[in-house]
Amino acid sequence: MSSMDASNITVDHMRKLLSEGKRFDGRKIDEFRKFEVSFDVSNKAEGSARVKLGKTEVIAGVKMVLDAPYPDSPDKGNLMVSAELLPLASPRFEQGPPKFDGIELPRLVDRAIRESGMINLKELVVTPGEKVWTVMVDLYPINDDGNLIDAACIAATAAIRNANIPGIKESGVSDYKNRTKKQIPVLKDCLPLSITFYKLGDAIFLDPTREEAESTDVKINFGLSHWSGKLMINSCQKTGPVPFTQEEIEKMMSILPEKYKELNERLKKFL
Amino acid sequence: MTFKRKDGRKVDELREIKAKVGIIPNADGSAMFAFGDTIAIAAVYGPRLLHPQHMQNPETAILRVNYDLMSFSVDDRKRPGPSRRSQEISKMIEHALMPVLDLKEFPNTVIDVQVYITQADAGTRTAGINAASMALAHAGIPMRSLICSVAIGKQDEELVVDLTKAEEDFEGGEGPSDIPVAKIADTDQFTLLQLDGKIPPQRIKEALVLANKACNEVYEEQKKALKEVAGQ
Amino acid sequence: MMERKLSEAHEAQEQNVELSESVQKKRKIVVPGEIIASGEDYLPSEGARRIGNEIVASRFGLAEEAGRVIKVIAITGAFIPRRNNVVIGRVTNVTFNGWVLDIDYASSAFLPIEECPHFINKSEMTQFLDIGDTIVAKIWAINKRGIDLSIKSRGLGKLEHGFIFRIGPNTVPRVIGREGSMVGMIKEKTQCNITIGQNGWVWIKGNTSEEEIKARKIIEFISENVSVDGLTEKVEEMLS
Repeated sequence: MSSMDASNITVDHMRKLLSEGKRFDGRKIDEFRKFEVSFDVSNKAEGSARVKLGKTEVIAGVKMVLDAPYPDSPDKGNLMVSAELLPLASPRFEQGPPKFDGIELPRLVDRAIRESGMINLKELVVTPGEKVWTVMVDLYPINDDGNLIDAACIAATAAIRNANIPGIKESGVSDYKNRTKKQIPVLKDCLPLSITFYKLGDAIFLDPTREEAESTDVKINFGLSHWSGKLMINSCQKTGPVPFTQEEIEKMMSILPEKYKELNERLKKFL
Repeated sequence: MTFKRKDGRKVDELREIKAKVGIIPNADGSAMFAFGDTIAIAAVYGPRLLHPQHMQNPETAILRVNYDLMSFSVDDRKRPGPSRRSQEISKMIEHALMPVLDLKEFPNTVIDVQVYITQADAGTRTAGINAASMALAHAGIPMRSLICSVAIGKQDEELVVDLTKAEEDFEGGEGPSDIPVAKIADTDQFTLLQLDGKIPPQRIKEALVLANKACNEVYEEQKKALKEVAGQ
Repeated sequence: MMERKLSEAHEAQEQNVELSESVQKKRKIVVPGEIIASGEDYLPSEGARRIGNEIVASRFGLAEEAGRVIKVIAITGAFIPRRNNVVIGRVTNVTFNGWVLDIDYASSAFLPIEECPHFINKSEMTQFLDIGDTIVAKIWAINKRGIDLSIKSRGLGKLEHGFIFRIGPNTVPRVIGREGSMVGMIKEKTQCNITIGQNGWVWIKGNTSEEEIKARKIIEFISENVSVDGLTEKVEEMLS
């Protein structure tokens, strides 16, 4: 598929359809596509997951690195989320330094996971003040058919849950060939997930295909998880030059709990 | 006494090959190729307009190959972004593929070939070339033939086919040698030839003969994968 | 050189591809470099070439023997434009003497200002066609510079309302059907206006959203199942 820019009539038509609550693939405007999660994408990764959300496909790999802690947190391990929007996945992605989408995606996933507290960073300390584990999550979209962010977050969460901590050699260096049976310490019911609302005209919808996403200019992303049995919003970012009204934001608040519950249950089936 | 390889394979035996075409819907052509635990995926976009304009060649399409490892494909995480190694291998792959492509048919355009390794256990460039070759065919690019690639190795004095990482790290005697090659299928033309290690000149012919046989096996798998996608 | 190859492509793609009947019509899937036939009598056409005594595939596709002529029909890959093709294109730029369009091909297409059906000044050009607008056009000429389009025939011109989506260009003959029978059936049953560009771009405009969505679903279904047996019957079922 080489041509990616939407035509004016298609954008207008999409706006009309969405305002009627309709979509080309027959979904409701707040309906997520079916998704599948599989594991062990790479046996060299401490953990890895592949998510297929409709035709959108993202791989997440977890590598753990043993190093000195950050100076301002000597009693904690670390988390780092990166992504590469490879030209592999879409004719829109170009070689070279990341454009804004490539910068934003890993940061949104990072904050959703970090602020949820899913990973118990204190338990990733090997020698206090000297050696801690850093959990490095690398995200790679393989095919972009819209909503990479939400798919990537599912992949990251699943990969972290799939990961085993490497062994440590006598010399103090990580031993990737002999992983321990120990998994990354997590809050079991936490499951951080991302739910991004997109807006076209007056219609607000979820999980767009690439065609739908291209017609919009604004989105608002929420990172959610369970904390102490309660649903919490851990992160939020609005991206795009179009405003949201207070009513629209309140409407989203009413949709989030049930949507999170549904996605949470769907993901649990794979874990 | 027959030489014993670490994983029990015969000297001229390839690892299990997996090949699949059409794995990335957005791409004009795409494929996956694996030798045992080494897995490569490739996507082809093009021919398409090349920007910026001053880079265009009015006589021919430009073939642009980008090869790299995914961060988690190796034990020690690879930092994202191109390295000298990946840039060199990208060029090698480009030169390996060019001889079969009729690039002059598409002046002022670019054919982008993206090759990524999701899991690395030696032979990554050879798996990458095999995947890229299928992806180019899948994209409908006019090609004289497919390109088949395999790494011939040497363990002390023994020549073997399709090394694993453990075999690349072999110690003892003449040590390990790694000889990645690529050929135009069903011909005697080599489009990739590299070497690291120790091998006397008179044994090169032996290595090439082993390569021929191995490449034929690769060709059969590539053909099968391409024909399967059309049968759908 | 490109024009000669393109007129050969013209021949190849004029025929309807009924892949499910490939066995009867001496057709088989071939990969580049594969030997299709041996013998001095054969004539290689588009997608094939002669090496010594053999006819060999020059691309991945469906090899077809029609008498002495052997060609390889594209079943995947990009759109190959030929003169007189009807295509749908999107305006990407307005220049001093015309509009530059994307028709999903490696070179852009151009519509000269003279093609506008009524007289307009250079300053009024965007009123007729602006960036993002779409047209149905005929390929008038293919040359080194690019592709020249014309909209001076019936059924051609600016597209208003409706929407556009893309299918694989090599599936277009199957979606159109023998003498337009397949797309005709869809138009009738869904009451939609449908234009299928040879470049794989499809335009639909119907009376209701339901019918438009249905028409699109069916076209995409055909496009993803070109080689399946009994496709026509399945489509009839879906339409009723």
